[in-house]
Amino acid sequence: MGMTMTQKILAAHSGLDKVSAGQLIEADLDIVLGNDITAPVAINEFEKANLNNIYSKEKIVLVMDHFTPNKDIKAAEQCRRVREFAEKHQIVNFFDVGEMGIEHALLPEKGLVKAGDCIIGADSHTCTYGALGAFSTGVGSTDMAAGMASGKVWLKVPKAVKINLEGKFNANVSGKDLILHIIGKIGVDGALYKSMEFSGEGAANLSADDRLCVANMVIEAGAKNGIFPVDDKTIEYMKQAGAVDYKVFEADPDAEYDGEITVDLSALKPTVAFPHLPENTHPVDEITENIKIHQSVIGSCTNGRYEDMAAAANVMKGKKVAKGVRCIIIPATQKIYLECIKSGFAEIFIEAGAIISTPTCGPCLGGHTGILAAGERAVATTNRNFVGRMGHTTSEVYLASPYVAAKAAIKGYLGRDII
Amino acid sequence: MKVKGTVHKYGDNIDTDVIIPARYLNTTDPEELKLHCMEDIDAGFVNKVKPGDIMTGGKNFGCGSSREHAPIAIKSAGIACIIAESFARIFYRNAINIGLPIIESAPAVKAIKDGDIVEIDFDKGRIKVGDKVYNAPAFPQFIQDIISAGGLLKKTGAKNGL
Repeated sequence: MGMTMTQKILAAHSGLDKVSAGQLIEADLDIVLGNDITAPVAINEFEKANLNNIYSKEKIVLVMDHFTPNKDIKAAEQCRRVREFAEKHQIVNFFDVGEMGIEHALLPEKGLVKAGDCIIGADSHTCTYGALGAFSTGVGSTDMAAGMASGKVWLKVPKAVKINLEGKFNANVSGKDLILHIIGKIGVDGALYKSMEFSGEGAANLSADDRLCVANMVIEAGAKNGIFPVDDKTIEYMKQAGAVDYKVFEADPDAEYDGEITVDLSALKPTVAFPHLPENTHPVDEITENIKIHQSVIGSCTNGRYEDMAAAANVMKGKKVAKGVRCIIIPATQKIYLECIKSGFAEIFIEAGAIISTPTCGPCLGGHTGILAAGERAVATTNRNFVGRMGHTTSEVYLASPYVAAKAAIKGYLGRDII
Repeated sequence: MKVKGTVHKYGDNIDTDVIIPARYLNTTDPEELKLHCMEDIDAGFVNKVKPGDIMTGGKNFGCGSSREHAPIAIKSAGIACIIAESFARIFYRNAINIGLPIIESAPAVKAIKDGDIVEIDFDKGRIKVGDKVYNAPAFPQFIQDIISAGGLLKKTGAKNGL
């Protein structure tokens, strides 16, 4: 029996010719990532264990993105803790305000993650980099601390679910609609402990930004990682980003899969996940009653990339945000922010009555820059809609694509007639 | 090792946002985190939990964010063990890495009621609920080694000659 793409990368990083599902391995790490929430805990553990040396000055990446620009004194103290650690250990890839972006948009853009890599990050959405053909998974702070010291992580080789993608999206349907559709189909634990291996002509038809969005949310189905085959689009993306020394792995034709799903991209429609689980999905045109919204958030590690900004600008051009709706747009990196200005998107957003924030995770996790009051509703291009995720426990988050979130901002509600 | 305590029972898909809401993630102090443990799903939890109590959950316990603050908050609140039908994978790793015992047993979870007194024998992998005993699968050797070393970092440190 052959190996999946994930299994091949894991074998190559653990010095083995072959690995199989369920096997425990110790893998070499190309990147160890942390942010201003998780790195302070990792640094505490690192120092408590008297681990004085990091394994590489280049391979540890620290991004101050969650509660930045510092939302309060405690957040400022946490960033200082990470900043001082980075200075002490001469960590090259430390990104502070001015250089930072939302980590999972920033690392691919900077060429720090690439095909064939084995990556861990103390952030659950670290699975994003599978879009470029890497093995990449989220861990906690203690795993991050151990990774910083040893350059290794223990892993159980995952089983795989194969996701065959066919066809092409219709207009105004995007990667977000695809991943919400899949989560709606298999549930929030539908791929628990497994890798989601995307393939087929439909996967090749997805843009790099759409693949990053899809891989980003595989964790919402419980998956360990998601991965896309490497093709010309991947190689072009990595070239633009300056990523070098990438390695292309392909699944064996006789690789074993624990289940297969086929999705016809041309049959997908704009889709929304209702509170309070990402699996509560409904096509927009099947929403029976209009749902009044108070806020629309367009950004995050899921949907804060250039194509997302373009989709929102396309909807909002010459329109006004509905009275009573706060529309918060967050380009995910400084580069995307600048592109929004140069492309005229920034003017469209401001003319429409939206605000544009500096890159931050902010409202996605209920941190800052758009917290909801009791009973308020938001449509958001973020990735989770758990109880209290964006604010008060009685507030609600509806997950959607930038196209749908922009439409809802203009109309003031989510309903079948907004698209 | 054995523990015996009162059960605090929760349902499926208990996510890390309800275990410890992100608004409290501007601290890493376990003593502060424990004051807000389970706040968004059970505001009374911190007042009723006693050291040595047991928590149960349904499917996919600990889903969502990778925040280690979640098992830290539960452990520092005094919970001696979590029994669930299944755990989300990052939470599973984090709990082991910080030394918070967790056990998967769907039959035990189904039989246990909120407020029951449950006894767990980790060496034998047994969960005792009233007169009934449920067997839980043992950890793989690799994970047992992490636990017996006193956590992942002690194991890493020993390996690196520290």
